[in-house]
Amino acid sequence: MNLSGLREQANNAWKAVNEPSRPQVLVGQATCGEASGAGEVNHSILETLKRLGIEADVHSVGCIGACYCEPLVDIVKPGAPRICYHSMTPALVSELLEDYLVKDNPRPDLALGVWGESRFGIPALFELPMFKPQMRIALRNAGVIDPENMMHYIARGGYTGLERALKMAPEAVIAEIEKSGLRGRGGAGFSTGLKWKLCRQAKGSPKYIICNADEGDPGAFMDRDLLESDPHAVLEGILTGAHAMGAAEGIIYIRAEYPLAIKRLVKAISQMRDIGLLGKNILGSGFDFDLRIVMGAGAFVCGEETAMMNSIMGRRGTPRPRPPFPAESGLWGKPTSINNVETWACVSAIMEKGADWFSSFGTEKSKGTKTFSLAGKINRTGLIEVPMGITLQEIIFGIGGGIPGGKSLKAVQTGGPSGGCIPASMLSLPVDYEALTKAGSYIGSGGMIVLDEDNCMVETARYFLSFTTSESCGKCVPCRLGTRQLLTILTDITQGKGKPQDIPAILGLGKSMRQGSLCGLGQGAPNPAMTTIAYFREEYDEHINSHVCRAGECRALISYTIIAERCKGCAICLRACPSAAITGEKGKPHVIDISKCSQCGNCLDVCPKKFNAVVKVPAAGPAAVPAAKG
Amino acid sequence: MAQTVKFTIDGKQVTSTEGTTVLEAALSAGIFIPNLCFHPDLEPYGGCRMCIVEIQGMRGMPTSCTIKVAEGMIVKTFGPEIDKTRRDALQLLLANHPTDCLACVKNQRCELQKVAAYMGVTERTMQRTARPQAVDESNPFFKLDRNYCILCARCTRTCNEITCVNAIDLVSRGDETRVSLFQDQQFMESICRSCGECVARCPVGALVSKNTVIPSSEVLTTCCYCAVGCSMYLGVRDGKIVSVRGNSEGKSNKGKLCVKGRFGIAEFVTHPDRLTSPLVKGENGQVQASWDDALQIVADRFKTYSPDEIAVVASARTTNEDVYAVQKLARAVLGTNNVDNCARL
Repeated sequence: MNLSGLREQANNAWKAVNEPSRPQVLVGQATCGEASGAGEVNHSILETLKRLGIEADVHSVGCIGACYCEPLVDIVKPGAPRICYHSMTPALVSELLEDYLVKDNPRPDLALGVWGESRFGIPALFELPMFKPQMRIALRNAGVIDPENMMHYIARGGYTGLERALKMAPEAVIAEIEKSGLRGRGGAGFSTGLKWKLCRQAKGSPKYIICNADEGDPGAFMDRDLLESDPHAVLEGILTGAHAMGAAEGIIYIRAEYPLAIKRLVKAISQMRDIGLLGKNILGSGFDFDLRIVMGAGAFVCGEETAMMNSIMGRRGTPRPRPPFPAESGLWGKPTSINNVETWACVSAIMEKGADWFSSFGTEKSKGTKTFSLAGKINRTGLIEVPMGITLQEIIFGIGGGIPGGKSLKAVQTGGPSGGCIPASMLSLPVDYEALTKAGSYIGSGGMIVLDEDNCMVETARYFLSFTTSESCGKCVPCRLGTRQLLTILTDITQGKGKPQDIPAILGLGKSMRQGSLCGLGQGAPNPAMTTIAYFREEYDEHINSHVCRAGECRALISYTIIAERCKGCAICLRACPSAAITGEKGKPHVIDISKCSQCGNCLDVCPKKFNAVVKVPAAGPAAVPAAKG
Repeated sequence: MAQTVKFTIDGKQVTSTEGTTVLEAALSAGIFIPNLCFHPDLEPYGGCRMCIVEIQGMRGMPTSCTIKVAEGMIVKTFGPEIDKTRRDALQLLLANHPTDCLACVKNQRCELQKVAAYMGVTERTMQRTARPQAVDESNPFFKLDRNYCILCARCTRTCNEITCVNAIDLVSRGDETRVSLFQDQQFMESICRSCGECVARCPVGALVSKNTVIPSSEVLTTCCYCAVGCSMYLGVRDGKIVSVRGNSEGKSNKGKLCVKGRFGIAEFVTHPDRLTSPLVKGENGQVQASWDDALQIVADRFKTYSPDEIAVVASARTTNEDVYAVQKLARAVLGTNNVDNCARL
């Protein structure tokens, strides 16, 4: 059996969406869309269509990455291009459908962009600043197709790479991947081709391959989005790898906290089985392979390959020293290759379009593209995919649209809890494996958290250490107790109890943890503290020596006060205070009792902007209270 | 036959056999590398990070307990970088460990103390991170004081790899990791068989015998509890048995003991109910007799029966050799095949 019979069917299915005979409505329904209300929007669409008596098809698609303006709804009207509308609500989408489908008004005011050329005064979607610098390889179908409709994936060139690979000798497939320059997208950046070659050459049978979908970095959601939006791109890559390495069984290790991704994977796997892409004699090539899903129970460390294999084997999810590397002795002591979700999705693209095409993107040592999840203090949060070597400046200010509220950028945290903070002064840094490592951070799996002037760098380091302290598996001493030690010191500093010798203590212990820890978690855990000390030493010194947190984030180092001249005595803050620290008669200026105040900041949040009477001041002294104006 | 491997540790030529770890090769060559989680009976673990070394051509500081020796390997066991990394790991352990060495059962027998002494530690440099932890005294023979635990996992690995009971394991994560029984049970509620193998391997004062008297001398003997014939050292003080440890050279037990051998011997040997001479049943009840008299009575009475009327049951406490002798007596001397041994106790 081959897929050519299916391709015509697939092309027709895809044509019915893009050149339809009746309206097509596509709702972005990855978890991010659902969280912002896409489910209700979808419901409203169905209701409205029924009310208007319009025959139309409604599809759920994945996420195109513009998380900041979800829910997204695309409409394709016969004879018109696909138009993407943003920030939909049930009421708004109902209005839109009536205006566009009945009154023929495409509502440019609600639109984000047109797929293709600009039309109706709506800009071209992929010419927008958010999309123009992007190159979507792993995310080629994300937000484009219905992830649960395999025909869409096939129509978009899906499984042509696999067909090509199955006609090639396994060694030739590995050579192609090696030639593409693809490096592991999970963080370490090891050459994928080389990794495969080691597994291929390893003695032992059967061989296993694992798809690492145990994404756990705070603020990172690349794998989730990809699996929810285009599971077949990943599965095709896995199948290709299985053929190349001679693996008989594949395991997708995915965290149980990703129910939608799991649901879509399960569906995609059964679709593959239905058309003979899994099981015995795949596509008549004589190659047998099967795939199963193992759900992780929520331990961050299980993203580490040896811990993951222990977890799959039903053991405690703790890493073990390497060597032996998994390629020699992995799952059940057999040769095993573990690759990240995004790596697998790149593999299917490389086999479809060729190694040369892939390596034409990126830098000399970091080929291709990388997905990043943009989060934190940035206007356009979302999931992006950019060519390697793009600068942080282009990502943050071009694609991300800069910092909200006119605030200034302070730093970018990359690489998750093992990564580091890159200061705003290094914005021209190209994003590739080498440059970020040189700057003391990591490319990591692709989390990118933007920090502005209101973020305290000591607090940022403390936050990441609190994460690694609770996620350390507890096996090796430097990580188990070192993270606790660093967290204790950093907590002291944020509470104004820091000592000058804390800085050398952090740096010294940090170095020992890097060298002495068993796995990447412990080795990388001191990074947030060490890079913030390297780039933001003055903030540490202020906390330690002057008990000042310039960002006003460290509760113990700030206090709230009410400027009497501005206070109208409305009592809103008094009612909002959980500590009963605010007193005052109605109509008269209120007062905060510092001894009772828990620095929660509720009073500042609720004080009407027209009064602006509550201010946050350094705890060091009331002298810092700004003088009242007018 | 394992291949001989020649390599260098700290400039010294060392010969070992293929499959040996760098740490084992170093220790048997008389080169001390500090270690805590390593135990010769257990699979390599690589948790304590004390035995880190530098190996030419290998990245970072691998643990010598997990790396196998290779021909021509060049190993460095000390140096400023190794010392700092090792020292920091040790200081982290000390910051999380009680400070009352003098009042600890393991004082002077503690491996953490030994490593600290080797490293020349004279002060604690890290902030205290120790928190009160649960103590389990439910078992009559030993206690688990988690406050002293350094999480080397020797005990849990022993319970898995050696006894295959799996009564204890590590639970939870990070510095909340602890040795636990199923659902945080106490030892006596659990499936633990009280064999004390974990106690025998604990390097610190976490799993310790409740009998804390230290022997003044040791006697090598064979356990008389059952027929396995476990070789053991009985520790003696003031003419009393105060400690028991398995003899790792023992052919049948390779150092292992069961609950009876490890914790029952001392009481059993000196128990007032124990028979120390034969008793002969007569008109005045059971009366003590000499062995010669007692055996004479038995021999005389045997003669009144035909061989098939006689059965011989050997005590389960007899050693294999004694059991052999008994069956020989039964078959060759008494002429009966009615021989049995309950073989369980």
